[in-house]
Amino acid sequence: MLALILFFIFAALCVGGAINLLVQKHPINSALSLIVVMGSLALIYLLLGAEFVAAVQVIVYAGAVMVLFVFVIMLLNAGAEERLSQGSKVATILGVPALIIGFGITAALVSHITGLDRIAIGGPTVMNGADVFGNPQAVGHLLFRDYLLPFEVTSILILVAIMGAVVLARREE
Amino acid sequence: MSIGTFIIVSIVKILLAVFILLTAVAYVVLLERKVVAHMQNRWGPTRVGPFGIWQPLADGLKFIFKEDLTPPYVNKPLYMLAPIIAVTTALTSIAVIPVGPWIKLGSISTPLQITDVNIGLLVILGVTSVGVYGVALAGWSSNSKYSMLGGLRASAQMISYEVALGLSLIGVLIYTGSFSLSDIVNQQTGTWFGFIPKWNIFQGQIVAFFIYIMAAYAETNRIPFDLPEAETELVAGYHTEYSSMKFAMFFMAEYANMVTVACLASVLFLGGWTGPVFGPPLVQSLLPVFWFALRVFIFMFIYIWVRGTLPRFRYDQLMAFGWKFLLPLAIANIVVTALVVAVK
Repeated sequence: MLALILFFIFAALCVGGAINLLVQKHPINSALSLIVVMGSLALIYLLLGAEFVAAVQVIVYAGAVMVLFVFVIMLLNAGAEERLSQGSKVATILGVPALIIGFGITAALVSHITGLDRIAIGGPTVMNGADVFGNPQAVGHLLFRDYLLPFEVTSILILVAIMGAVVLARREE
Repeated sequence: MSIGTFIIVSIVKILLAVFILLTAVAYVVLLERKVVAHMQNRWGPTRVGPFGIWQPLADGLKFIFKEDLTPPYVNKPLYMLAPIIAVTTALTSIAVIPVGPWIKLGSISTPLQITDVNIGLLVILGVTSVGVYGVALAGWSSNSKYSMLGGLRASAQMISYEVALGLSLIGVLIYTGSFSLSDIVNQQTGTWFGFIPKWNIFQGQIVAFFIYIMAAYAETNRIPFDLPEAETELVAGYHTEYSSMKFAMFFMAEYANMVTVACLASVLFLGGWTGPVFGPPLVQSLLPVFWFALRVFIFMFIYIWVRGTLPRFRYDQLMAFGWKFLLPLAIANIVVTALVVAVK
């Protein structure tokens, strides 16, 4: 019951932040809304019992990636964006409700077909330690035993991407 | 334990922890002023009470009665939000730090920390990484070039040193096999040959310890890494435009972060609350807390000592030191530790 109430609070925060991200005119407000989205997503992961993923979500996305976003916005001193065209009135008024209804129907259908809606919210409890699927030990076993090769290959891919970025950014004229 | 007692015990622990932390912050400021003064052949505060021990209260009153200026052309919501973020994150991270083992009061037994989560260390890293926004937003929203430069420097410095800081902890984690801070302390009890304690620093993590200290000094913007508030170049850095309690909140956040860093260092490397325990039951349950506080005190003293001794880095030196020296060293430490554990 408590898990359900908390889920709705954080889900509302998450969706509200996402909408605010689109509505805001100033890039720094949008970036801050995105941080709210990331933070509430982390709390939803926590409710599902995935503690490790929740912590990593905060450290990597809310803490590192978004700091870089904010840093770049600060560095470029980007101002509020100018909207040149007003767009159609019908789209402004009906756009969001129509999207919500459309997305809701799709989500309900997909979750019904794949059986996702039969998984209870609140899921495996965080309290009783040992064999919960989301704790650091479980994640470690999966990453370094069952999926060792994909994990290492991904890390090499990321390394190549970093080196590529450095080479492109420092190209001599 | 029923849910009612659990909530009451938690609230009592939270209030106690916040009260002790804020008192510690106030008195670390006094300690800093006294110690630095004596290092420079001055007296420091002497007027308010014997040895100036009521000086923190006087400072607090002064902050409250100062005029709270909001400069024109600032981004008001973010200008207000920034000190709140800074102080909230600084006070939150103390929640998972264990200051002692479990204690029993009548029928209630509880750990001497607000909550023992099994991702304790990650919680601290997450909360401190969000704390960067306080500084960054303060610098940006103040609409002043000094604040802006201070904020930019601070966010670049903090994300750079966070990498070395995080990697320096991995050696300890490899030894312990747990993110829970109380597990990490429990694993360090006992001695070798009867006198060398089994602290992580003596288990081969001494390099990691020094990486941690240096990265932590940079994370808390202390000398020799206090570029974000270098007064000779930037007036006061990111909090130039703040006054009264809003300034005091940044000040409190900085010192609370120092205390947290010191607590974390004693938990991870110096055996937390372990130490000789003797005497009647009451003394036995309080001695571990005393040993923990002693370690934290020594750390704060070293912080102040360094502040009174070292000059400030240049900004390019700071970045080169972090990325080209500390980071490779931390990675080498992980490799060596992993090899040692694997051979065992």
